[in-house]
Amino acid sequence: MAEMKLTIKRVPTVLSNYQEDGKSETVGCGRSCLGKCCFPVSNFPLYEFKKDTQKHEKGSAVAGKNSPIDFLNTLVLGQWEDRMAQGMFRYDVTACETKIIPGNHGFIAQLNEGRHLQKRPTEFRVDCVLQNFDSKKFNFTKVGQKEVLFRFEPSDGEPRYFEDAKVSPDSSGNVLAINVSPIEYGHVLLIPRVLDCLSQKIDSESFLLAVHMASEAASPYFRLGYNSLGAFATINHLHFQAYYLSVAFPVEKSPTKPISISKSSNKSIGVTVSQLFGYPVRGLVFEGGNTLRDISDMVSAACICLQETNIPFNVLISDSGRRIFIFPQCYAEKQALGEVSQEILDTQVNPAVWEISGHIVLKRKKDFEETSEVHASRLLSEVSLSEERFDEVKSYIFEALGLVAAVDVDEDEVTPGMNNGGAFLSRSSSHITTPFPEGCLVLQ
Amino acid sequence: MDVGILQPFRSRYSDWIAEALKELDDCFLITDPSICKHPIVFASHRFLQMFGYQMHEVIGENGRMFQGRYTDRRTVLQIREAIREERPIQVEILNYKKDGEPLWILFHLFPVFRKEDGQVSNFVSVHVPIESRSRRKSVPKGLSLGKQWSRGGIIVSGSCRAEISAEEEIMCNLAADYFANTDDSVPEAEHFCEANDVEKQKAIDASKNILSTLIHYSEFTGMLVSGKQCKSLSVSPLSSSLLISLGRIKQSFVLIDPRLPDMPIVYASDAFLCLTDYSKSEVLGQNYRFLNGPLTDVETLNMIKENVEDSQSCSVRLLNYRKDGSSFWNLLHISPVRNSSGKIAFFVAVQILENAQNDKGSLSPEMSQFTVVGAVKVAVRGSSLTSSGLGSSKSRQSTFNHS
Repeated sequence: MAEMKLTIKRVPTVLSNYQEDGKSETVGCGRSCLGKCCFPVSNFPLYEFKKDTQKHEKGSAVAGKNSPIDFLNTLVLGQWEDRMAQGMFRYDVTACETKIIPGNHGFIAQLNEGRHLQKRPTEFRVDCVLQNFDSKKFNFTKVGQKEVLFRFEPSDGEPRYFEDAKVSPDSSGNVLAINVSPIEYGHVLLIPRVLDCLSQKIDSESFLLAVHMASEAASPYFRLGYNSLGAFATINHLHFQAYYLSVAFPVEKSPTKPISISKSSNKSIGVTVSQLFGYPVRGLVFEGGNTLRDISDMVSAACICLQETNIPFNVLISDSGRRIFIFPQCYAEKQALGEVSQEILDTQVNPAVWEISGHIVLKRKKDFEETSEVHASRLLSEVSLSEERFDEVKSYIFEALGLVAAVDVDEDEVTPGMNNGGAFLSRSSSHITTPFPEGCLVLQ
Repeated sequence: MDVGILQPFRSRYSDWIAEALKELDDCFLITDPSICKHPIVFASHRFLQMFGYQMHEVIGENGRMFQGRYTDRRTVLQIREAIREERPIQVEILNYKKDGEPLWILFHLFPVFRKEDGQVSNFVSVHVPIESRSRRKSVPKGLSLGKQWSRGGIIVSGSCRAEISAEEEIMCNLAADYFANTDDSVPEAEHFCEANDVEKQKAIDASKNILSTLIHYSEFTGMLVSGKQCKSLSVSPLSSSLLISLGRIKQSFVLIDPRLPDMPIVYASDAFLCLTDYSKSEVLGQNYRFLNGPLTDVETLNMIKENVEDSQSCSVRLLNYRKDGSSFWNLLHISPVRNSSGKIAFFVAVQILENAQNDKGSLSPEMSQFTVVGAVKVAVRGSSLTSSGLGSSKSRQSTFNHS
């Protein structure tokens, strides 16, 4: 068993213009890349955020009020538009049709015929959430400097912006780069410590960096997402994705029920943990906390637990860092084991964090036109762990976090979601979850 | 307080509207989504009394100033979505008084539409305090033994709250600062409260009263409003969610609708009006050429025209004229803007006064222009994205029949 490798063929999305298979690098660099050769001797715009933000609320207030510059609009969107004017994207994402699928959840569907062209399938190992960094494969040090919007660095003082700053030797090297195959306007990649070549693996400091970015953006419509290996990350170089879409995501509207509140240690940090209720994908929701670090540390500890247990997962950082969702998933493994129905495979949708959150990118016009809530729910429920397996995974996380499960949670405890009120959402959601038997245990 | 923000409200409902609304014994707010930051333009006496504010402390602020630390984030999202989709909503929400005391409210919001173009003229929110205090059963451990709000909350001063509401983008509450050293339990007073049928009916009755008063006074001015949106128009109006998003963009720009005859301006930012000295009514409906004058370069104009016809963006330097006839060099950037269907819905034209002292300091004119274009693109794309007709949420609003 231990020898068995699960792999699937998938067309990797081209995230960078410098990601071309088989092209050998010329000797010396001269490509203005982000590698050790070029990055340390280059200039980039630089945004410094205040590191010791004590409160969520303060973080946002800083971004909104004292900040030298409007972080989201000016830096992210303005710079992104500048790259668009330079023709750096593979297609104009604003020309892609998007609609809301009628129904209770309000899934958002996008027809994107350009994102997946011109690539041949590559084999991915999907049974290992943690894999070593491989410098021979594409990674973000090969990205061109023009694709970088700015550096995003912590500072002890007030937030500051420099339009053109030299990379100092003590810089941590966090960069925000465009995704040349965007799924929405402003689609960017946050790459923590690019030169350190971290593999796609959550650590508490990198995760906090992502939460800081959500807080600085200070808009409920700018979310960050993370896909682990085995959960549709296609590049094994630590990165978070983010983009701007000014509608509520279905998962954000979903009802939840609190499942734990107190931490067994004496340190009170006030983070509530809830479980999604009536949503096709089972997931945990973390909310509250006195500081950004409180919620961030708790979520990253949960992610680390999942990584170490070899459970693929996706994370959505929502509501400016106030609400964070974790979805353990098993789709790729099912796919490798041949357990996903052909009909769903034919749509070629990779259910990563955005799809799971309810923003579904479809590649074929036919699928876009015919899609329905039932269809989208069926696709997403393939991603979800079964109830039994989810409970098991939950118990690993609770143990890792020292959480105490809430006692006697009954259905009254469900907070009403926006779409509550139909039989569709009431009682157990088992009828819309996976028809497959148990068996999502990743081979170890 | 900026008196200017009350102007559209008064001109639509006459100068007597404030007096008439004061007669009503209900607890409510009226907001104006067409003004930057979607401010409150009226607060009823009962509302001010209940929340402990003076009128001037509330007018011009955003309605989220009453939210606080334990206000449920998903409820906030629900309200935001209702505003975006211009539909009524009735939800229980935890609000906070000026002194920091939490207050469970049955919040009932509904839009009031202008008859002439179907745009939202105002949103009205009725706040019915929930007396019943019917708590949830079986609160998880750790929740039920919380401390009273007064432990930390009472320290929150009025001036702090004013700061919060001045903050732009996000619901934010400094009350949390003062809670920081209390424990992590949610105070008992802030547990979910459900409104009973009497309270729900009260909200509906109040809504009807307020709506009929607004309708009545709009008849005085001839600028009629209605609780229902009139969709008889061939051109859909700019939605209030789009107006709210556009209102946040501080720079000078206009939106041009290429689908209408002679491509009129359909939106002009405050900074544009300031730059050109025209009033909004003088600008809307005009073709962009009205800024040109005798010395405006014809070749540059032709170049703009060609680019627009090819759906291309372009940047030019153009001599334009203000209302008083004075001229200025305009660094003009024009870009197509697509809606959620991927079709060109507008052209955005961004004006930068050449050599003007840029308040963004280090930003180049090009980057300032891109900033506006980016913000407009996401605003248009997002606001045109609504569930087409089937209104899963609309049909469920049976609790309020706005006739």
